Amino acid sequence: MEDELASSMAILGATWGGAKAFTVTSGPGFSLMMEHIGYAAMTETPCVFVDVQRGGPSTGLPTLPGQADMMQARWGSHGDYEIIALCPNSPQECFDLMIDAFNFSEEYRTPVLLMMDECVGHMTEKVIIPPAEDIKIYPRRYTSLPPSEYLPFRPGPDGIPEMAKVGTGYRAEVTGLTHDEHGYPAMNWQAQHKLVSRLVGKIRNNADRIARWEEHGLEDAEIVLVAYGITSRVAERAMQMARAEGLKVGLLRPVVVWPFPDQRIREWASRVGAFVVVEMNYGQMVYEVERCAASQARTLLLGHGGGMVHEPQEILKTIREAVQ
Amino acid sequence: MSTLTTINPVEPFLRTDRMPHIWCPGCGIGTTVNCFARALVESKLPLDKVAVVSGIGCTGRVAGYIHLDSFHTTHGRAIPFATGLKLANPDLHVVVYSGDGDLIAIGGNHFIHAARRNVDITVICVNNFTYGMTGGQVAPTTPVGATATTSPYGCFERPFNLPFLAESSGAVYVARWTAYHVRHVAHAMVEAFQKKGFSFIEILSPCPTLYQRRNKLGDGLDTMRYYKQHSIIKNGAHTRDVDIDLQGDITIGKFVDIERPTLQQTMDQQLRQTLKDRYVGRGGA
Repeated sequence: MEDELASSMAILGATWGGAKAFTVTSGPGFSLMMEHIGYAAMTETPCVFVDVQRGGPSTGLPTLPGQADMMQARWGSHGDYEIIALCPNSPQECFDLMIDAFNFSEEYRTPVLLMMDECVGHMTEKVIIPPAEDIKIYPRRYTSLPPSEYLPFRPGPDGIPEMAKVGTGYRAEVTGLTHDEHGYPAMNWQAQHKLVSRLVGKIRNNADRIARWEEHGLEDAEIVLVAYGITSRVAERAMQMARAEGLKVGLLRPVVVWPFPDQRIREWASRVGAFVVVEMNYGQMVYEVERCAASQARTLLLGHGGGMVHEPQEILKTIREAVQ
Repeated sequence: MSTLTTINPVEPFLRTDRMPHIWCPGCGIGTTVNCFARALVESKLPLDKVAVVSGIGCTGRVAGYIHLDSFHTTHGRAIPFATGLKLANPDLHVVVYSGDGDLIAIGGNHFIHAARRNVDITVICVNNFTYGMTGGQVAPTTPVGATATTSPYGCFERPFNLPFLAESSGAVYVARWTAYHVRHVAHAMVEAFQKKGFSFIEILSPCPTLYQRRNKLGDGLDTMRYYKQHSIIKNGAHTRDVDIDLQGDITIGKFVDIERPTLQQTMDQQLRQTLKDRYVGRGGA
């Protein structure tokens, strides 16, 4: 397609046409796609957006890494919505999480973001591709009701409506305007509340089911490193160095970054002294950790403007500061 | 003796539970929708396989009023949505129905690229020379000298000549009619539906609330009279010669009707040639 506005809209047309569709971008292209992330959220169109993060703002650092689009992933399109975003830290996970991303998008009828960074995006590693029959696919939620009984945006018991196959006589209307269960525009606050609270609720109420993270060496930890994407691999090295010095350090890596694993951070906050958030930006996910840690544990940020990954030694230095 | 019927033949094509519509008295958009319904009847397209895609604006509301699979998309992006829809589901007849501001200003880039690729869709552009829904701002179709909210001293930008833009970008069918020429409009739609590739119909239409009123051109009826008196039918005219001046004569007719492989055809051919039996298409032709 001619630009990111077009590609991000073409995938939504393709989804309604019956295909599974995704688009990939980096940097400014992600900004251009924001409107259609919102349109996909509003029209409950399953699809996947991949953002290979570079340093920014603007054109920034093409081909060099960054992790500064994490809040844009969460809040980038205007209006209220919830989003699902995953953060792979290896080529294997790029493969595995892409499948999960599509499955989440079908299950919750929502756009899903795969938030990579340049390092993971350009990395070469062994990838094991399982036999096709071993890959679990969440099927599209097509309705079995006849057209006369079908309402395109009537939620099921789980708050999620079923889709109709275009071209089979359902003649559904789909709009980015606030709409009722018929899919008809409804310009009033009651319709807005009903629709948007459902869009937000279908993710928020399932946040515990969607959230996913990995833990390393947390059993006896007093300090918890929080890192995602390529940065989690540098943090793991720093953790080993700290352990060699006898420091009780563990690592928590959000794999699903949105919704954020609030509950898990709260649990650790009551047991550890401090969180050290390591990320290639000047502070984004650290606010989530700080929010969940509340006043139970200190939260330190080791930020970085992007362009190259952290040095394990700088992380080690921050760990030592956190111990004091 | 014939019996009287109370059923409007257009009614089955409308979401009557969404009436009244938003269009102003004297607006030409509803007239074009009437033509569209009649063209669907005449063309005998399988209606369950027709999808209508609109952008934003007064004409952008068309998709929502038509009782078919219909998509009211974002501003300017109806054509990319339609491209994805058509490629994923080649059995559909995909019609993009939107206004000049939506298709040619904010969506202008997609318009030229879809014509270049020869995506097999029909694009119907209702051109009222202004942004109606947002208050009558200058559009890329506003004639030089015309007054708009954002050109209170007269528009001084050269407007696009839409048929010329469409043809030079690669459209295989290009016609221009007005909301006065209802039979020609319906007939052009039938031809466009049957055409393989990017077909484009521009329909000039009054906006009495904003364009006509600001330019002291009377109401919808006065505009119909103007269309009647100043339209010159020149089928086959060169599109470079069909510019529109403020209240000058208007050249209308079918300008382009050629054959060229569609995006689907060139894609299938290229990928089959390169990938051989590894290529799995999605059907269609």
